[in-house]
Amino acid sequence: MILSRRKLIGIGAAGAGGLLLGGCDRLNQTEGFRDGLKGATGLNQRVHRLLVGDSLAREFSEADISPVFKPNGSIAVADPAYRAHLAQGFASWALRIDGLVRQPLMLPLGALKAMPQRSQITRHDCVEGWSAIGKWQGPQLGAVLALAGLLPEARYAVFHCADMLEGAPYYESIDLVEAFHPQTILAWRMNDAPLSEPHGAPLRLRVERQLGYKQAKYVMRIELTASLDGLYGGNGGHWEDARGYQWYAGI
Amino acid sequence: MSDPDPATPSAPRGGDWVRRHHPVTRLWHWTNVFVVTVMLMSGLMIFNAHPRLYWGHYGANAKGHPDPAWLDLSHINNGVPFPGAVTIPSTYSLADARLWHFAFAWVLVAGLALYLGWSLIGGHLRRDLAPRAAELAPAHLWHDIRQHARLRFPTGAAALHYNVLQKLAYGGVLLMLLPGVILTGLTMSPALDAGIPWLVDLFGGRQSARSVHFLCAAGLVAFFVVHIAMVVLAGPINEVRSMLTGWYRLPSEPEEQS
Repeated sequence: MILSRRKLIGIGAAGAGGLLLGGCDRLNQTEGFRDGLKGATGLNQRVHRLLVGDSLAREFSEADISPVFKPNGSIAVADPAYRAHLAQGFASWALRIDGLVRQPLMLPLGALKAMPQRSQITRHDCVEGWSAIGKWQGPQLGAVLALAGLLPEARYAVFHCADMLEGAPYYESIDLVEAFHPQTILAWRMNDAPLSEPHGAPLRLRVERQLGYKQAKYVMRIELTASLDGLYGGNGGHWEDARGYQWYAGI
Repeated sequence: MSDPDPATPSAPRGGDWVRRHHPVTRLWHWTNVFVVTVMLMSGLMIFNAHPRLYWGHYGANAKGHPDPAWLDLSHINNGVPFPGAVTIPSTYSLADARLWHFAFAWVLVAGLALYLGWSLIGGHLRRDLAPRAAELAPAHLWHDIRQHARLRFPTGAAALHYNVLQKLAYGGVLLMLLPGVILTGLTMSPALDAGIPWLVDLFGGRQSARSVHFLCAAGLVAFFVVHIAMVVLAGPINEVRSMLTGWYRLPSEPEEQS
């Protein structure tokens, strides 16, 4: 009896060891198991919606601002049209809003600056684990989208960017709950100065309750869509397509 | 149980078979063996993505202007301090590690919540884990520490109950390390920080919480190392059997050993 238990324990230990060393990688590649893990991500998103609701991300004071805000991802843009606009201070540049809207728009930077502004000092959390605090200013995305008027089928706001990362154009997307959240702004100012190129000039998205990869820089065009299928890799964002990051970036 | 001496039914002696570990404790123990291991290994992969720890609300490594870090492992092994043998998955993938971490976290949270509830209501916490005042007397504590250091473990009837060092270790895991690692884990979510802002403030900011998260995980590893060492030294077959089947053979008093 003891011996058989001993054997059993031995088999159990060897099994656990084998599972941990090789099995996890094999499980990691198994479609059904991955679907289970992703199912938990969907659960996380629904629980967050329930717990978090419309609440605002914490806003900090000027004294809390990071001495140096780390620029991440693309820190420069190669596109010649972008470089020409950058050289002219984006004087003749305009943001395009199209897709499922009543009135497609071209909004010059000056028009965005003339809209009612929101200023917020918030914490930026990278998926890698670091955080930086900065001050952002710009019109609320909800007000900008209201100018174009959404069609009833619109479900997502997709942000098309000027930068390329690893050979693919950067893009990101959020749903309308985040798009119309009061702290979701199109920032053209950071720490009381116009956005610099490393931080996404002329315009970047701030969606304060989500991770850094959602904060699309160099936003050129906002497209309203009913679905994320058929857009680039179909996962709703560059890093989602390229690395498999979760589309819901609230964790 | 093997024929207890009818003359002394209430005083089990060394060599007696006794029931130890409620089935709920055994189930939770083995669930944790699996889940905590997955959380630790996927967590080490996530740590590899930014192997620096800070205090306060912010902390980053802007080129040439890094914020001061109290722990910086970014110079180890080309910036990937924890090797594939101890991470899930074994090759670098922050995305996949996050998938594992945030799925198995539910099992950890559910298990702890159920076990804490059962321990509180069923009396396990009060009866088996809460140290008695006399046990916390410095002389008693010091005596137990010295006995443990000499590898002299309780025998006979004294081994029916956890000693004070076990109570402190198990209680610390149940009431401090596991709740600590879960609560700090929640505060690393920017969405939850908006929903329950007091929680991240409790730890002094997101980067402090990330540090405490790592320290709690390190505490769990330290517990694991000591725990395994104690199991091996106290008689691994008897100890593991008792956690699998509930049957435990009381260690014999030294003078009775043949």
